[in-house]
Amino acid sequence: MDLNYSPEDQKFQLEVREFLANEYPADLQKKVANGTKLVKEDYVRWQKILAKKGWVAPGWPEEFGGPGWTPVQKYIFDEECGLVNSLRTVAFGLVMLAPVLMKFGTEEQREKYLGDIYNSDVWWCQGYSEPNAGSDLASLQTKAIKDESGENYIVNGTKIWTTQGHYADMMFALVRTSQEDKKQKGISFLLIDMNTPGITVDPIVTVDGMHVVNQVFLEDVKVPVENLVGTEGLGWTIAKSLLMHERTYIAQVPRSKKQIERLKKIATKEQYNGKPLIEDPAFKAKISAVEIELMALEMTNLRVLSKLASGDAPGAESSLLKVKGTEVQQSITALLMEAVGYFGFPYSKEVMLNDWQDEAIGPEEAAVLAPHYFDWRKSSIYGGSNEIQKNIMAKAVLGL
Amino acid sequence: MNLEFTEEMVMLQDSLNKFLQNEYDFETRQKSSRNGIGYSEENWQNFAEMGLLGVPFEDEFGGFGFGQTGLIVVMEAIGKGLVLEPYLSSVVLGGQLIQRAGTQAQKEDILPKLIGGELKLAFAYVERQARYNLSDVQFKAESKGEQFVLNGNKSVVFNAETADKIIVSARTSGESISNEGISLFVVDKDTAGLSLRNYETVDGLRASEVRFDNVTVSADALVGTLNEALPVIEYIIDSASAATCSEGVGVVNQLREKTVEYLKTRKQFETTIGNFQVLQHRVVDMFMTEEQMRSLSYLAAIKVAADDNVDERTKSVSAAKVYLGDARAICGEQAAQLHGGIGVTDELDVAHYVKRLAMINTLFGDRDFHLQRFSQV
Repeated sequence: MDLNYSPEDQKFQLEVREFLANEYPADLQKKVANGTKLVKEDYVRWQKILAKKGWVAPGWPEEFGGPGWTPVQKYIFDEECGLVNSLRTVAFGLVMLAPVLMKFGTEEQREKYLGDIYNSDVWWCQGYSEPNAGSDLASLQTKAIKDESGENYIVNGTKIWTTQGHYADMMFALVRTSQEDKKQKGISFLLIDMNTPGITVDPIVTVDGMHVVNQVFLEDVKVPVENLVGTEGLGWTIAKSLLMHERTYIAQVPRSKKQIERLKKIATKEQYNGKPLIEDPAFKAKISAVEIELMALEMTNLRVLSKLASGDAPGAESSLLKVKGTEVQQSITALLMEAVGYFGFPYSKEVMLNDWQDEAIGPEEAAVLAPHYFDWRKSSIYGGSNEIQKNIMAKAVLGL
Repeated sequence: MNLEFTEEMVMLQDSLNKFLQNEYDFETRQKSSRNGIGYSEENWQNFAEMGLLGVPFEDEFGGFGFGQTGLIVVMEAIGKGLVLEPYLSSVVLGGQLIQRAGTQAQKEDILPKLIGGELKLAFAYVERQARYNLSDVQFKAESKGEQFVLNGNKSVVFNAETADKIIVSARTSGESISNEGISLFVVDKDTAGLSLRNYETVDGLRASEVRFDNVTVSADALVGTLNEALPVIEYIIDSASAATCSEGVGVVNQLREKTVEYLKTRKQFETTIGNFQVLQHRVVDMFMTEEQMRSLSYLAAIKVAADDNVDERTKSVSAAKVYLGDARAICGEQAAQLHGGIGVTDELDVAHYVKRLAMINTLFGDRDFHLQRFSQV
C-alpha cells in the first residue's frame, strides 16, 4: 500500500499545474471561486484552450484524440483542475455522447460529430427525463415513428430538466420507437437537431432564481433515420453504458476540498463574540465532521481508482460515490450559508449573474451562498436520485 | 392545566385562515413579493380591520390583550400562508418593544396607530460583526445636551423601507461587547442623516441596510431606561423567536401536507410513490417533527407569557429554536427531495416554503447558537 504518486505521475502533476497556472484565465477563475453564474461563452472559451492543448477529452481513446492518460493521471488532472477552481467542462458532448458514438455509432456519425464535440463548436444537451419519467426513466413516452417515406422519424413528446438546453445545437435523446411488453425494449437513442421546426425550449427557473434547466417540447419533429445511434430498441443499453463512463469523477472530491477551503476562509473573516467564527468550537466541530466525511470519500474514491488501474471494471461503487459525494457537497453548502448568518438573507439576481458591481452587502462572498444551498438540493435528485442509488446498492451489492 | 386556545382566539384563527385561503393563494403572494415593497398594503389594512395587529397589545391601547399565546394562532397561520406582510417586524418586534419599555406617552402615541394600520415600525438590531450576540453593539448614541446623536450602521433590518419609525439599539456606554450600556431609541424614518439601502431577501421579503449619519433626536426618543435595554431586547427577541417557531410550525405543516399529497398522486414504476416504504418513513419523520415543534412552540409561548423566570424562558425558547433548525433538514430538505426536480423550481410553492424554513433558522440565532444558549443556562 502506497498513497504516493509514482515519479512519472509526479512529473505529470507538475506539468498540469504549470499549464493551469499559465493558461487558465484569471477572470474565469474568479467567477468559479465566487460562484457567479457561468454562461456558454465561458465554457466554450476554456474548452477551446483545453482542446488546443489536447486535454479537453481525458476519457477519449488516443485514436480519437484523447491524451492516453492512465486512470491515475486522469484523477490527477481532475484534482489539479479543482484546486485552481477551474471550470468543469460540459459533459454532454465530451463525456457522455462521444464514447457512445465511438462504441455504437456509424463511421459517418463519428466523422460528422466527434470533431465538433472536441472543438466545442456544437453544443449538445441531453433528452432523457420527462415529466412522467424521472426516477422511472424507462417509462418515457416521447415517440419516434417512421414516416411513409421511411427516411425520417416523426418525434412527439416532451423532455424536462434539460440542462443548458437553451444553448444547445443538438440533443441526444431517448425515444420510444415501439411498444413492447418490456418497457426498456422499445427505447431508441436518437440525435436531434435543435433547430428543427416543431421544437420549443421553455425555460424553468430554479429555486435560486436562475435559468439553467428547460422543458423541451417536440411536436412533429422530423429527424432523419441516419440520426439513430445503434439499432432500434438499443437505446436503454446505450443509456446504461453511458452512465458507466467517468464514474470515479462523480464524487467531486477536489471541488469539495476547494469549497471547504472557501468555508474556512469565510469563517476566519466572520466575527462572533469578538473573535473569528472559526474559533467557535461548535462551528469548528461541524467543519471537522464534514472534513472527515470527505476524507473517507477521497480514500474510497482512490480505492476504486486503484481497482480500475489494475484493470477491474467499476461496479456499484459509483452509486456509493454519488450518494456520499452529493451529501458532502450539500453539507458544505449548508455550512457556507450558516457561516454568514444574517447575510444569507440579501438576494440579488444581478449579483448572482455578474458579481458585486458596487459595495457588497455584508461579506462579499455571502450573496450566492443561500441560493446555492437551495439550488444544490438538486444534486441528490439528478443523475439518478440518491434513493435510486441506494436501490442499486441494495440489489447489486447486497443481493436484496 | 389547559392547553387549548380561548374561544376568542379560535374565532380569530378561523377568520384569518379563511382570509388566507380566499385571498392569499401562492400566485398572489408571489406578485406581492415582487411589487417593490414586498407585500400588499391592502392586506395590511385588512389585517388591521380583523384586529390582527392588536393581538398582543393591552386593551387600553386598542389591543386584544392576547399576549404571547395569541401570537401562536397568528404566526402559525402566517407560516401556512407564507405571509409577507410585516407582522413580525411591526407588531411582534416594534410594537412589543414600545409596549414593554416605552413611556406612557410613547405607547399612547404609537400603539393605537400601529394597531389601526396607520403606522408601522421596524427594529434595527443586527450589526455586521455581531452575528447573533445581542450585547455586541458598536452603533453609537452620544448624549449632547438635551439630545442624542446617533451614528453607525444596522444590517438586515426587515421592512425598514415601509416603516414610519425605526427602533434602534445603540451603545450609550461601555465596551462594544458588554451587557451594560445599551439603549433603545425610536426614530422617525425621515429624520435627517438616516439613509437606507433596500433589497429583497432570499425568502421573498424586503430588508435594508440602515445608516445613521449624525442623526439627532430629542431625549424623548429614548425607549426604556438609558444603558439598561439589553434585558428588554432579550425578552422581545425571545418573544419574536417563539413567534417565529410558531410560524415554522405552519410552514412545516404545509410542507408535510403538500409532500403527502404528492406521494399520493405521483406515479413511477407503475404505482404511486407513496407506496414505497422508504418514502413513507420520511413523511412520518416530517409529521413527528411537526408535532414536536408545535409542542415546543407552545411551551416557549407559555414561558414568554409567564414572564417570571428568565432561565425557564431562555431554555424553552432555545429548545424550540433548535427544533426549528433541525426541521430545515428533516422537513425542508426532505420535502424538496421527495418532490424531485419540481421541488427545486421557482414555480412550485414547496420551494418557497423550503426557503422560508431554512431562513428562519437564521433569524434570532441559528440552531447552533440556541443549542449553546440552552446548554449555558
